[in-house]
Amino acid sequence: MSKIKTQVFVMAEQAGGRIRPVSLQIVGKARHLADQLDSKVGAILLGQNVTERAQELIAAGANSVYLGDSDSLHPYQAELYTEIIVNLLLEHRPEIFLLGSTFMGRELAPLIAAKLKTGLTAHCIDLLIDNEGILEQKIPAYGGMITIICPEKRPQMATVAEGVFLNPELDSTNIGDIIPIDLPEKFPLRVQTLEIVVEKPEGVSLETASVIVAGGAGAEDQDGWQQIAKLAEVLNAGFGSTRPAVDEGWTELETMIGQSGKMVSPELYIGVGLSGELQHMVGIVGAKVMIAINNDAKAPVFEQVDYGIVEDCRTFVPALVETLKKSND
Amino acid sequence: MLNIIVCVKAVPDPNDADKLKIDPVTKSLPRSDISLVINPLDSHALEAALEIKRNDDAHITILCMGPPPAGNIVKECLALGADKGILLSDPAFAGADAFATAYTLAKAIEKNGAVDLIFCGMASSDGATEWVGPEIATFLNMPVVTMVNEIVENAGDEWIVKADYEHGYRKVKIKLPAVLTVTRNLNQPKALSFSGILKARKKEIITWDLKDLGVPVENVGLKGSPTIVTEMTRLESRREVEILEGSLQEKVDRLIKILKNSGVVNV
Repeated sequence: MSKIKTQVFVMAEQAGGRIRPVSLQIVGKARHLADQLDSKVGAILLGQNVTERAQELIAAGANSVYLGDSDSLHPYQAELYTEIIVNLLLEHRPEIFLLGSTFMGRELAPLIAAKLKTGLTAHCIDLLIDNEGILEQKIPAYGGMITIICPEKRPQMATVAEGVFLNPELDSTNIGDIIPIDLPEKFPLRVQTLEIVVEKPEGVSLETASVIVAGGAGAEDQDGWQQIAKLAEVLNAGFGSTRPAVDEGWTELETMIGQSGKMVSPELYIGVGLSGELQHMVGIVGAKVMIAINNDAKAPVFEQVDYGIVEDCRTFVPALVETLKKSND
Repeated sequence: MLNIIVCVKAVPDPNDADKLKIDPVTKSLPRSDISLVINPLDSHALEAALEIKRNDDAHITILCMGPPPAGNIVKECLALGADKGILLSDPAFAGADAFATAYTLAKAIEKNGAVDLIFCGMASSDGATEWVGPEIATFLNMPVVTMVNEIVENAGDEWIVKADYEHGYRKVKIKLPAVLTVTRNLNQPKALSFSGILKARKKEIITWDLKDLGVPVENVGLKGSPTIVTEMTRLESRREVEILEGSLQEKVDRLIKILKNSGVVNV
């Protein structure tokens, strides 16, 4: 049994010739998991002109990088990528395969899992190895935390959002293998990415903001939402949201904080008109000071912050903004 | 004619979410009679099919796996304009993860016959997994685009769609038959009409159980699920909260002091 070399595999995604931060973070996590399993980390890197980035994955903790560098791999093509990755996983039989919760990762992961007839857990917020060497996958649900395992099928697959795990320290003295992948000559082309367009400037990035104001359903309508937006503006804060606010159409999906949205680490967090659902709260990682404004004194958010204000945000926020503006003048 | 299948899930009413909390003692979900509603994203999937039907010759079949009360969701979809409903209901289907759900739905789609397009919501509101659509596509050997937010061209059997992507979008060409999972930005679902409800009375809802699908019992439900939930824990509160007291203006002033003390806000 000990002769079988178990491995932890990671999909390393790149965009614009750079490895995405989430990919480096999961390589770092894979390193920890592999050390506990006495096994190795393999990273899969696909794209065009990406060869020089392979070393970065080794510096982050990968023992091997399986590299596909070809113009046919740019832009991302679901069927070709799926075929390459499935073949690699069948060849190397890793115990664990992790992907970032990016748009690509969220499409590829189920395509691969279904082909390999294995389980897949969405947007984990922690990954642990239990006493029997099984991967415990933690997700928030129903006001608590749920542990999911995939006891029999392999690999054990999970997606993880950016910011869940820390950026690994890059050690350029690490040594690893860079192994070119044989690309399939023929592959189905029933679905073809014509182009990927990046149109929105990143603006006040939620991921790096030191102050974040997040709004929820308590805004009640577009007017209430604009009041919270003003508060964010006055505080020069990143403006985040909860799922209900996105569902109402007040804001874009990309502003959503939480398990299936963004993970953020501000110094100061102010939750406005939100109840404190765990799916949102797990997205705020290590904030120093947390404040909540909500009209329901029983809202779970008041168990998760340092300062609570029991007021209707539709009256409190305008008063706060007004006073802040006066003191700024 | 385009044969369209729309997969819908009956989910606990999000307005009742606070009833569905892990019991700190039993560490399981309490039994409750929370009402079921259509998964909000699936109503956008249905609307996508209805939009096609308004302009083209199309037949829309609703496919839903769930306990018998989920039949009401299927009925609602018929009243909104779908032509036929299929409810997959069997105690053996219970406890299915995304993999077993997609497998069961795929088997039903095969049994139902010719299909050109399958629409799904891009995620379910209760489980927040996004796997069912692409896994159905894999089981049926069809191409898929996930998170479609715009249909750019839909003439013939090669469609062009736009899908969500980091800070922008992805433009994709896809050959039918295909699976598309949709976001809420794709369209605006319409409300039920009285005439729709009347028409729906004449429409057919078929219920299929395990025997009808003719699949082995170990492939469905909990038994057919590669993943299992092993533990539920209630999260303990992490912080000592101070509730600010006083009048509204007193609270405002006190909060501004707290903001100043944080050292990261210039006020």
